[in-house]
Amino acid sequence: MPETTPTPQHNPEHAPTQVEQRAMDLATSEAVAIPTQASSREEVVAAGDGLLSAEEARSLASDAWHELRRNAFFVVSAILIVLLILIAAFPGMFTTTDPRDANLKDHYLGAPQWSHFFQADWFGYDGQGHSIYSRVIYGARASIIVGIVTTAFVAVLGTLIGMLAGYFGGWIDAVLSRVVDIFFAIPLLLGALVIMQAIKDRNEWTVVLALGALGWTQIARIMRGSVMQVKNADYVTAARALGASTWRILWKHIMPNAIAPVIVVSTISLGVFISSEATLSFLGIGLQEPTVSWGLDISSAGDVLRDAPHAVFFPSAFLSITVLSFIMLGDAVRDALDPKLR
Amino acid sequence: MSTEPVLRVENLVKHFPLTRGVLIQKKIGAVRAVDGVSFDLQPGETLGLVGESGCGKSTVAKLLMNLERVSAGRIVFKGQDITHASGSALKAVRRNIQMVFQDPYTSLNPRMTVGDIIGEPYDIHPEVAPKGDRRKKVQDLLDVVGLNPEHINRYPHQFSGGQRQRIGIARGLALNPEVIICDEPVSALDVSVQAQVINLMERLQGEFGLSYIFIAHDLSVVRHISDRVAVMYLGKIVEVGTEDQIYEHPTHPYTQALLSAVPVPDPEGRETRERIILTGDVPSPANPPSGCRFRTRCWKAQDICAKEEPLLEVRAGLGDTAHASACHFAEVMEIVHTTN
Amino acid sequence: MTIETSDPVLVQPGVPLLEVEDLHVEFHTRDGVAKAVNGVSYKVHPGETLAVLGESGSGKSVTAQAVMGILDMPPARIPRGAIKFQGRDLLKMSNEERRKLRGQRMAMIFQDSLSALNPVYSVGFQLGEMFRVHRGMSRKDAKAKAVELMDLVKIPAARTRVNDYPHQFSGGMRQRIMIAMALALEPDLIIADEPTTALDVTVQAQVMGLLAELQREFHMGLILITHDLGVVADVADNIVVMYAGRIVERAPVHAIYRQPGHPYTKGLLASIPRLDLKGQDLYAIKGLPPNLMRIPSGCAFNPRCPYARDVCTTELPAAVPLGTGRESACHFAQAVLEGEVAADVH
Repeated sequence: MPETTPTPQHNPEHAPTQVEQRAMDLATSEAVAIPTQASSREEVVAAGDGLLSAEEARSLASDAWHELRRNAFFVVSAILIVLLILIAAFPGMFTTTDPRDANLKDHYLGAPQWSHFFQADWFGYDGQGHSIYSRVIYGARASIIVGIVTTAFVAVLGTLIGMLAGYFGGWIDAVLSRVVDIFFAIPLLLGALVIMQAIKDRNEWTVVLALGALGWTQIARIMRGSVMQVKNADYVTAARALGASTWRILWKHIMPNAIAPVIVVSTISLGVFISSEATLSFLGIGLQEPTVSWGLDISSAGDVLRDAPHAVFFPSAFLSITVLSFIMLGDAVRDALDPKLR
Repeated sequence: MSTEPVLRVENLVKHFPLTRGVLIQKKIGAVRAVDGVSFDLQPGETLGLVGESGCGKSTVAKLLMNLERVSAGRIVFKGQDITHASGSALKAVRRNIQMVFQDPYTSLNPRMTVGDIIGEPYDIHPEVAPKGDRRKKVQDLLDVVGLNPEHINRYPHQFSGGQRQRIGIARGLALNPEVIICDEPVSALDVSVQAQVINLMERLQGEFGLSYIFIAHDLSVVRHISDRVAVMYLGKIVEVGTEDQIYEHPTHPYTQALLSAVPVPDPEGRETRERIILTGDVPSPANPPSGCRFRTRCWKAQDICAKEEPLLEVRAGLGDTAHASACHFAEVMEIVHTTN
Repeated sequence: MTIETSDPVLVQPGVPLLEVEDLHVEFHTRDGVAKAVNGVSYKVHPGETLAVLGESGSGKSVTAQAVMGILDMPPARIPRGAIKFQGRDLLKMSNEERRKLRGQRMAMIFQDSLSALNPVYSVGFQLGEMFRVHRGMSRKDAKAKAVELMDLVKIPAARTRVNDYPHQFSGGMRQRIMIAMALALEPDLIIADEPTTALDVTVQAQVMGLLAELQREFHMGLILITHDLGVVADVADNIVVMYAGRIVERAPVHAIYRQPGHPYTKGLLASIPRLDLKGQDLYAIKGLPPNLMRIPSGCAFNPRCPYARDVCTTELPAAVPLGTGRESACHFAQAVLEGEVAADVH
């Protein structure tokens, strides 16, 4: 997974192209029809499904779930993500230390106490005398909020625009696609930097706005391609022949069959948005004190890197694990939804 | 057959424009997929529409279903012109004309249960069945097409090709239509399953008084199921008649070549069987030959064939099996030696 | 070269070109083991056309792929059996040896010519490649050979079309190019897997006629894999009928259409609409082809068979000889052959 290394220098413009390619593969493979006289393996499958009706009914979603449960990558990343969400929602459950408690006199760059599990000094102290353990626990919330809300925003916007462009085609597609191209040409981080610079009071929501305004194009492109594949399927024609409304066709027939690659890419880009937020905060243009954030902590610890490497290590490690978890989850979901690998 | 036809098609034309450019489009030509097709369909009748790929038979199906806009011509359902129907009028038409598709793997939405697929017509046309009755209706339909009504919550991928085609047929029947357009309904199925589906369609026709337009490339299947047959070549009907007239007394050279090319599952006398082997390929429908469109592959072609387009009409001197044929030199040639 | 139409090809003397013996192929999938081929044996002699008839899932294509050595292993596995080509067991050869045989001594024609040809090279280049790689010919000579081959398969204006790309040819013409490619190195055995299924009827007749003609001219063995009883009747000498990975009936082609000896063959023949029959009642074989992971015990056809008795669910029927070169794997083969009417066969 070379494109998934989540360092602050990580260029989010690079990852999408490869991810997008894989997502497109997924979209195409979904539309493959089984020919009459199929090749050997399809032959086996075709004959095999004859008696499938003797088994319990299983939807494709539950089939994918069945597949996911056996995937070690999925299990590990899912446990990590659930844990991270718990930390973000209820930081008080994991530490009683206030992350803003500063004791410069006693704790300046205090070393980690490896045996003091879940205690304030477990990961040591930073240059302000804050408990690093408490800082990473409380810092999760900013990252998770930015990741999830931005992803939800771009997924809805991108899906909508992609669906309209892909389904209606013609001039609607021509116009929307040009808009997508224009936004796509703006590098995510550079664009977000410019937007953030214009905002005085910066918090999680302004970061979401900046990343969301620029980050939806990839999903729109994927959805457009996926919809163009699906809209030619016979079951869509059949629905039109029954007199189904455009709304019904989009909602009941196109969307459920075209959305799989979007789910995959969204999961992966969740990680990308988290690392972008950290990068912005690191550069001093994302979140601001007193908000607790991994990016801010990495930034301030950079000054004392020589004397206290642990002050950089812990927030960086949490950031990397979080980003990696979402990317692993995305890969696992793709494998489960991709019928080519079955 | 003096009754009023359930469906009448007059001079149907469909040209797909060939364009260049994205925003400002320039027309550079047209694919003449359907170029003046007329026929009618009597109540309870099966009209077979045969021809090779690219002859326009599937486009005719789409035009009849109002899935493509007609370029010219008229489609009349029970005396009512439905060519440009829209809105509620179109919705009413859809209740009466339904379709069965070729590929049972792509014609059913994989994310919907069988109950939702067969019940969808009722969601779209709620006046046909009140909400409380729908489940019962869907189960009845499953039963009618020979599937287990308890399988209502299964997904399409749990069924075999033949079973899926039955699901597609059940969906087509849901609104109680008078006409069903079948576009190659059995050509994607295994031989042993084909017969099941053909028999089912014949039974349903009797049970529900359906009229079929049966589109296929397999001449044997078409003979088996059709009362009348129309043969298409490059967007036009070249010959039309009763099943007997077309198979026993074909008069158009293309029909004759088509019939002689069909492999008969009987090796007796295969060494002596005469075959008309056509040379060359079907010309492009974007640039069809002048006059008779079949002349470039026809062994009878004369100068007149390039100059004058032969009309689809009954010609004199063909005896009591005379039927409409679009050839200047139409004459009966016996190709198929039928046994009863 | 005389046309071999009489029956005795199966009792021909001499070493057969190809001998498949008790071949088993299974596919290991995440849901279990699919037994695609379960003990298939057949022989092909030089100049013989053997039709392998079956529906999807019958194992007809898998057998051929095993013979060609193009099965993906895994998931496929060959636990038992031998494939003897000119007396030598292919399964005991090294990959290198087998690769040398492919194309040179045995070649395959596929159903889908568009995906079997490489879209970015001209057909002349692809035809010529056979000669450059296997015969070490120069580019110029190879192209001359390519034109020769295109003439052989009757592609009009071969000299001018040799530089065209696959998509510039019609389906029928592409299938001719596939045949030319298979014939390029004059192999002894051709395996054609549904060679005309994707083509229109009139083109189908052209291509099948061409294939049969060239086979006679070069005296090759031809294995024709198809589901189409009409195509078989037109060109085959002998036929094996496969069901659920086994051969249920083998016979000279004239005999089987006159008097089928297995209920499955009989059902198939009664279930296809015929161009030359009027007012025909179609017999529909009931049920579905079996799931290869759960093949019924005894005779695999028993749940669909009108002749089935208790013995059919418990005992695998052995091949019963029914005269010269004929056998049928049915407990009641003789009764079926003599046309005894089963309960629900009309």
